[in-house]
Amino acid sequence: MADPILQISRLNKSFGPVHVLKDVDLNIYPGEVTALVGDNGAGKSTIVKCIAGINNIDSGEIRFEGRPVTIADPRDATALGIEFVYQDLALADNLDITQNMFLGREISRYRSFLSDGEMERQARATLASLSVRTVSSVRQLVANLSGGQRQTVAIAKAVLWNSKVVFLDEPTAALGVAQTRQVLDLVRRLADQGRGVVLISHNMNDVMEVADRVAALYLGRVAAEVHTKDTTTTQIVELITSGRSGELGLAQTVASESI
Amino acid sequence: MSSTTPETNVEAGALPAAPDGGFALDVEEKSIGDAVRGWVGKLRTGDPGALPSVLGLVVLGIIFSQVSDRFLSALNLGNLPGQGAYIAVIALGLVFVLLLGEIDLSAGTAGGACAAFAAVGVFKGSLDDGLPGFLYWALVIGMVCAIALAVLLKTYAGAAVVAVGLVLILTNLTQHLVPALVAAICIGAAIGIFNGWLVAKVGIPSFVATLALFLAWQGVLQFALSGQPINTSNYDLWRDLTYGTLSVAQSWILTIVLVAGFIGYTVLRSVRSKAAGLAHESLNLVLARGGAVAAVAIVLTYLACRDRGTFAVKQGIPVPAAIAIVLMIACTILLTKTTWGRHLYATGGNAEAARRAGIDVVHMKVTAFAICSAFGALGGVMLASSQSSASLDLGSGNVLLFSVAAAVIGGTSLFGGRGRPRDAILGALVIAIIPNGLLLRPSLGAQWQSVITGVVLLIAAAVDAISRRRAARG
Ligand SMILES: Nc1ncnc2c1ncn2[C@@H]1O[C@H](COP(=O)(O)OP(=O)(O)OP(=O)(O)O)[C@@H](O)[C@H]1O
Ligand SMILES: [Mg+2]
Repeated sequence: MADPILQISRLNKSFGPVHVLKDVDLNIYPGEVTALVGDNGAGKSTIVKCIAGINNIDSGEIRFEGRPVTIADPRDATALGIEFVYQDLALADNLDITQNMFLGREISRYRSFLSDGEMERQARATLASLSVRTVSSVRQLVANLSGGQRQTVAIAKAVLWNSKVVFLDEPTAALGVAQTRQVLDLVRRLADQGRGVVLISHNMNDVMEVADRVAALYLGRVAAEVHTKDTTTTQIVELITSGRSGELGLAQTVASESI
Repeated sequence: MSSTTPETNVEAGALPAAPDGGFALDVEEKSIGDAVRGWVGKLRTGDPGALPSVLGLVVLGIIFSQVSDRFLSALNLGNLPGQGAYIAVIALGLVFVLLLGEIDLSAGTAGGACAAFAAVGVFKGSLDDGLPGFLYWALVIGMVCAIALAVLLKTYAGAAVVAVGLVLILTNLTQHLVPALVAAICIGAAIGIFNGWLVAKVGIPSFVATLALFLAWQGVLQFALSGQPINTSNYDLWRDLTYGTLSVAQSWILTIVLVAGFIGYTVLRSVRSKAAGLAHESLNLVLARGGAVAAVAIVLTYLACRDRGTFAVKQGIPVPAAIAIVLMIACTILLTKTTWGRHLYATGGNAEAARRAGIDVVHMKVTAFAICSAFGALGGVMLASSQSSASLDLGSGNVLLFSVAAAVIGGTSLFGGRGRPRDAILGALVIAIIPNGLLLRPSLGAQWQSVITGVVLLIAAAVDAISRRRAARG
């Protein structure tokens, strides 16, 4: 099996007195979808933000393609080739779809003059590849989009860039049936193109369908990292709710002391 | 990332071919009809654009033409730019800060202090001798600190501008008028860097930080002038900033350059995008719009070039109008055509999203404040010009509030993310036309000015609020 493209080891993160992530170990493999599951408040989004350079980490090591890296700033993550769909989407309402998709990485001529036409073309091509049918113009302001449309734009923004790893934090939460299907297919396709994909989701059916591995987070600890084909939905649900499931999961003592 | 790999998946061809997508509104070629429909659509989604301020100007114009038949005379209208230019310039600078959802209450008095430094420099022949001793050194040390701060906050352009000002001061080139005025603008930039640092780095709300400095700069201005106003009308160039006109030839050259530049740019963009297979405006649309702009510009220039003087010949585009228009165009290009401008809008719309997109939010704020104060300094210089004096209350009083009102009347939001340089100019015209019209009928006292300006501002804010609410309700 390939080496992990992204290795996170003994990651710790506290917000003031609250110890949110405790010695988190997580491996992301190229060509695979890793599902990150856990109850509300387990710390999934916090992991994403730590790797994105939005939250700085207290301790721990991040290795990318085997090299230890420091991600102190969102630009560091981008430079490595890691893309994110945030749970809160992080779109600027006063900009249009294209402007949001290229924000911070605009295509320009003479160093700083915007090439709007070219950006629009690529935005349109990306959205079209997601089979978006309800957006009538890439020049529409994001403020005027529906919740699902906004989510689609956030996904398109991550898909636009030729990345190596993609994190999607509950990307289908606001989507309808057809669009959810599209996104699940997309997640699979991204992995099949050789990227490492991390999917955060509360929907076990989706997880079982597209993920190759599942990492269950329980109160800020990784309870288990398992192959989807070796496990059942029931086991994963147990890992999420109690941190252990039969042989799998945290030792009894650890599981109870984390509470 | 290595430069050999394509940046986006579209370039890499990694995306599946699109089954013909929607994007019904993204027509390949935008016709005149599409442009009109787009404009109406914008109106209906709560973005009235320039419409309210233009309507306001027309209504006020009609009212004042009834108040006095001198209102529509060429002489009176020709004086209007000189009466409103300093507000327009300060408001232009404020747009940058307002776009971030911040405010700079100190732009007026800071600008007054900067103009006073310039006045002392030329009048006394040396800033070193002309300023009270401690103030000269405070100025020099302050500028050095501003350079250091700017470098620390990676605002290198700002640091360069301040450095130019510092050199002008230290070499005493400020005894000549042009370098003195340039130095004033550079001092403004230094003040703005300081403001930006207080707001973005120290974390003081901009309202409070700049309120404090609004007061402080008033005192600095009085120190600088040592309690004596300085007459500026003896300096031809300084006086001309308000009262001068371009020669007829210069007027036509300016108009032709601007109009040809606009038409040339839009035609080139249309042709190039078409060749590259991108969405573009049809040549008909470009030429129709360009023709309309040209017609308006030519008529205005023609009118401006007729003699409107009473005693001596007075003809040509007023210098203050030329300054305001050129600055407006420069700001528009900066804000809408450059990555920096895009990042400024993004920061004002959603600072957290901007930060996650890798934009240095602190840098954006510091630059915006620096630009604002630099424009404030130029505004102060123009205000001194229109008053013929660097007075002891230069830039205080209502100057700043009128400038904020101008930006808001034009359509700039105080909550950030929405606003255009054009707003500042149109709003300043509205603000300036009120005293202009009222003064033609001395029986209408000055008290009317405040009342009417206030009512106009309220109406503008109401139009804005109502159009957005209707848009939100759908
Ligand atoms: N900026 C912050 N300051 C303080 N506490 C925070 C902050 N961000 C997250 N937390 C806390 O960290 C914990 C984990 O939050 P996180 O958002 O990572 O949960 P999650 O697993 O993504 O949950 P959900 O499924 O609801 O999205 C929560 O208890 C939350 O209150
Ligand atoms: Mg979350």
